[in-house]
Amino acid sequence: MGQVIIRDFDIPANDFTVAGEASSTVRKILVQLGVAPDKIKRTAIAMYEAEINAVIHGHGGKAHVEISGDKITIVISDEGPGIEDLELAMQEGYSTAPDSIREMGFGAGMGLPNMKKHADVLDIQTEKGKGTVVTITVYF
Amino acid sequence: MEQNYFHSVTLDKDKCRGCTNCIKHCPTEAIRVRAGKAVIIKERCIDCGECIRICPYHAKKAVTDTIDIIKNYEYKIALPAPSLYGQFGPSYTRERILKSLLGLGFDHIFEVARAAEIVTMATQKYLRNPDIKKPIISSACPAVVRLIQVRFPNLIDRLLRIKSPMEVAAALAKREAMAKGIPKEKIGAFFISPCAAKVTSVKAPYENNRSDVDGVLAIKDIYVPLLEKMKRQKADEDDGIGLSGSVGIAWAGTGGESSALNGGRCIAVHGIRNVNAILEQTVQESLEDIEFIEALACPEGCLGGPLVMENPFVAKVNLRNEVQRAPTRMSQAPLDDVDEYVWQSTVEYRPIMKLDDDMFKALEKMQKIDELTDALPGLDCGACGAPSCRALAEDIVMGNAILTDCIVKLREKVGELESEVEAEKKTE
Repeated sequence: MGQVIIRDFDIPANDFTVAGEASSTVRKILVQLGVAPDKIKRTAIAMYEAEINAVIHGHGGKAHVEISGDKITIVISDEGPGIEDLELAMQEGYSTAPDSIREMGFGAGMGLPNMKKHADVLDIQTEKGKGTVVTITVYF
Repeated sequence: MEQNYFHSVTLDKDKCRGCTNCIKHCPTEAIRVRAGKAVIIKERCIDCGECIRICPYHAKKAVTDTIDIIKNYEYKIALPAPSLYGQFGPSYTRERILKSLLGLGFDHIFEVARAAEIVTMATQKYLRNPDIKKPIISSACPAVVRLIQVRFPNLIDRLLRIKSPMEVAAALAKREAMAKGIPKEKIGAFFISPCAAKVTSVKAPYENNRSDVDGVLAIKDIYVPLLEKMKRQKADEDDGIGLSGSVGIAWAGTGGESSALNGGRCIAVHGIRNVNAILEQTVQESLEDIEFIEALACPEGCLGGPLVMENPFVAKVNLRNEVQRAPTRMSQAPLDDVDEYVWQSTVEYRPIMKLDDDMFKALEKMQKIDELTDALPGLDCGACGAPSCRALAEDIVMGNAILTDCIVKLREKVGELESEVEAEKKTE
């Protein structure tokens, strides 16, 4: 009992072509495990947003995923600049993404609000100049 | 046979040589080679026809009806897919094709292109509803609907809940015939199809409704008799046999359905792998401001269907010719009640990828699959009969294969046995 499935992914910096691969892989695993579709959806969206944030702001990073019988925990960590004002960053539409990123259709200021909306628990540890660790939990 | 898992795509065992081409190309990993022959896993097959296209020995085929089926009905209606018009060069106009089609034994023709125009209008109305979540995904391609059913449960509510042009054509054609006083049971409607998945959607409709189509004939099967009739068919007179406008005809190719919607950001995606990729993005909600996704499993859309004759790129030019010749106005359509074309029931999620009904057992299985995948060589060579090492690991855990199906593992094992025998010899 107490089986835990673990997956680790590298999130490359500034490479939008592979951004989203980790969340897509996790989504397929959850489908195989028979997790309810709405939980899969929330997990996939929250994780994708975190992944994209790591690409845009965090110079890439890592994703560590643990799936057990009752929940999925996703830890996305980067060694980027950290979030200056977390409260502000949680507001819809607030973004520090440069214009070049926005032109690509990212950086609309919905990343963190979307994560909060779709995760059951969202924990963000951030330190200026050191990086950010985002932990997303969705209960099945 | 279980009604739910009827499939048009089947295997001709005698022709199959047990190679790895089909297993590698199947988008749902629905094929294995066992005992030297391909086996289609029915639950997983979405009838996309990729294997038909890829098989070098033509061992994959689509089961369709033969023309004899029309004899079972007194009043026979042909429902030609617009892709039929792309099969012939410029001297064979749509009017000539349709008149010759009648010559094959049909009493009446209802162009599916006409129904496509009705679906276009119904879709425009559907998209105006402010309460629906976008993007909406076209449901015209049955292989795409089935892909969503097995892989993307969260996109089921994005499917356009409107009948396909084929179904609309069949229903309207029958209604017209009944209005002439012909009893319903004597009317047969037959789709002239570029597509294997359409056969499946007629015999086992995904939205659980009964189909109004009574038979499906492959374009490639009627091609030669039709061509012969056409050669004898004299000059073209416009006697009103072709009723569809250009919009409906354009549906046969990629971009036909989406550009007919006139406005909004509508995209056209074709080829099953491209469709899969766009669905991945849709499910992550990372598509920006897209209103509608036309998604067709075949490259170049229905013109690239597995049951057509002409090369899809040539067919595209042929079709363009017919699009230009046709009137730009849409055909007169009875659209007073759009609701009539809306699905009456819904498409269900088919969790066929699920490892176990019990989540804890599924986790255990997943763990074993992970361990086995690590132990396998990672060549994804397909020699074991599964499309990848991970797929073999899944098969082993699900009890459908053994580790020594892997030839690398088998060689290791043989090597071990050999050295054991050697060692025993020495001690003797």
